[in-house]
Amino acid sequence: MTIDTTIAEMIDLFAMLPDWEERYAQIIAYGKDLAPYPEEFRNETFRVKGCQSNVWLHPTFDGQRVHFDADSDAVIVRGLTAMLMRVYDHRTPDEILATKPDFLAALGLDQHLSQNRTNGLASMVKQIMMYAFAFRSLGSKVNT
Amino acid sequence: MSEFPILQRSVHGKPLVYLDNAATTQKPRAVIDAIAEYYEHSNANVHRGGHALGTEATDLFEAARQTVADFIGAPSASTIVFTSGATGSINLVAASWGRTNIHQGDVVALTSMEHHANIVPWYMLCEEVGATLEVVRVLDDGTLDMDHLRSVLASGPKLLAITHVSNTLGTINPIDEICAMARENGVVTLVDGAQSVQHQPVDVVAMGCDLFVFSAHKLFGPTGIGVLYGRDEILASMPPYQGGGSMISTVSFERITYNDVPMRFEAGTPHIAGAVGMAAAIRWFSALDRDMLQQQDVEHTAQICAALSEVTGARIIGTAPERVGIVSFVVDGVHASDIGTLLDTMGVAIRVGHHCTQPLMQRFGVTSTARVSTSVYTTSHDINVFTRSLHKALSMLR
Repeated sequence: MTIDTTIAEMIDLFAMLPDWEERYAQIIAYGKDLAPYPEEFRNETFRVKGCQSNVWLHPTFDGQRVHFDADSDAVIVRGLTAMLMRVYDHRTPDEILATKPDFLAALGLDQHLSQNRTNGLASMVKQIMMYAFAFRSLGSKVNT
Repeated sequence: MSEFPILQRSVHGKPLVYLDNAATTQKPRAVIDAIAEYYEHSNANVHRGGHALGTEATDLFEAARQTVADFIGAPSASTIVFTSGATGSINLVAASWGRTNIHQGDVVALTSMEHHANIVPWYMLCEEVGATLEVVRVLDDGTLDMDHLRSVLASGPKLLAITHVSNTLGTINPIDEICAMARENGVVTLVDGAQSVQHQPVDVVAMGCDLFVFSAHKLFGPTGIGVLYGRDEILASMPPYQGGGSMISTVSFERITYNDVPMRFEAGTPHIAGAVGMAAAIRWFSALDRDMLQQQDVEHTAQICAALSEVTGARIIGTAPERVGIVSFVVDGVHASDIGTLLDTMGVAIRVGHHCTQPLMQRFGVTSTARVSTSVYTTSHDINVFTRSLHKALSMLR
């Protein structure tokens, strides 16, 4: 599924859940689908700074696409992380860098991007972008 | 209270229930009006110029100093230094009194319930001069280990920097007794009153402290202004901290003489509107029935604790018998940040995190807590809404 259809699907789903309670239940449900995080990467190196709860993000790059493992010890943050993964996992660095997290506003979740740092979603998005940027430079070097 | 405009608003479509008063209090109409009035009618720089507005602004600013002195029982307005807040006050003392009096090998005593603002400036000072920190233990119920305190004070530290009321546990320290013990041992005391001023009557002379600090914004006043009270002899002995206008008597490139206390510590244009707003807050607060409010605080704290005792897996961190309306708790298997997020969607504002007391979190073996904190406008209904919302949040999270 392309990034655009993935985002459109989530927006459609959230539009059908007008009640905050159902929305958060959905976010929590997304978190339950997140693949298990490899324990060997549950360390300070891969911990995303600036989050109130612990968030871990580990990237791998196969030369074309970036794969992320991600996890959090807070249920809602894990759900938000899972939503980011639906959008950014297994994408090319160019696709990632071209996709600003504007879709969170369409989902009514832009409050989570505030500098308030209550869940570090902004830090997580920034970290995803930084990895993508690094891998893009790496990818271009591999190609030449 | 209808005097607080912000409490009439809603959040996420729900009536706001504000229970984060240990972080900051809301502002009554009287304070908002006083600040607007100052800017609309009296704004000018203080302590300079001979015009009418300058005189009016100076009079308001200096009257605010007297209002603060009266509020905390300080013997004179000259013992009151305006700072940016409790943090600014502590940094001022660490930089000025600290650098003069703390030397290599000296000891600064703290407690493990201090806010980072009363830890980091001392840590930085100790690093700089080669002194060490001695930390007084906290017992399991969140009270101070008085035996340990006694032995630490007897070992001859230069300073005891201690909070009056814990911002995380709500514990009220027996501050009069502690200051007396310090005095007997010749130890200078700095008391962090950030949390106490809105909950406890404060009289710095009866307390017997040498230095006392607090912020206006935790006392219904504006942010960006606070107070350093110091006994005359202590303040007079302290060298200037920041240089600039107002803090000097004469300046030439060969020689500078400094102004008297408290102006010596107020370089540059001060937060005049802040001082005016703080004075308005103190006047407003002082007109309330403080005894009734303290009783109400005790009842609200008991109501919160009783509600939490019925929550499966909930544990209150800090159960001191003498406490204010600040209650920290954790719930087994549930992250505090998830509780905070869901309560917010229900219009209930609490604080989750380490509350700038990481050593205390380590002491109690947690990384974060959820914290409910009350104020004068908190109602029993607010606490009921919090309790219902907490149950609802936990049913979603577990």
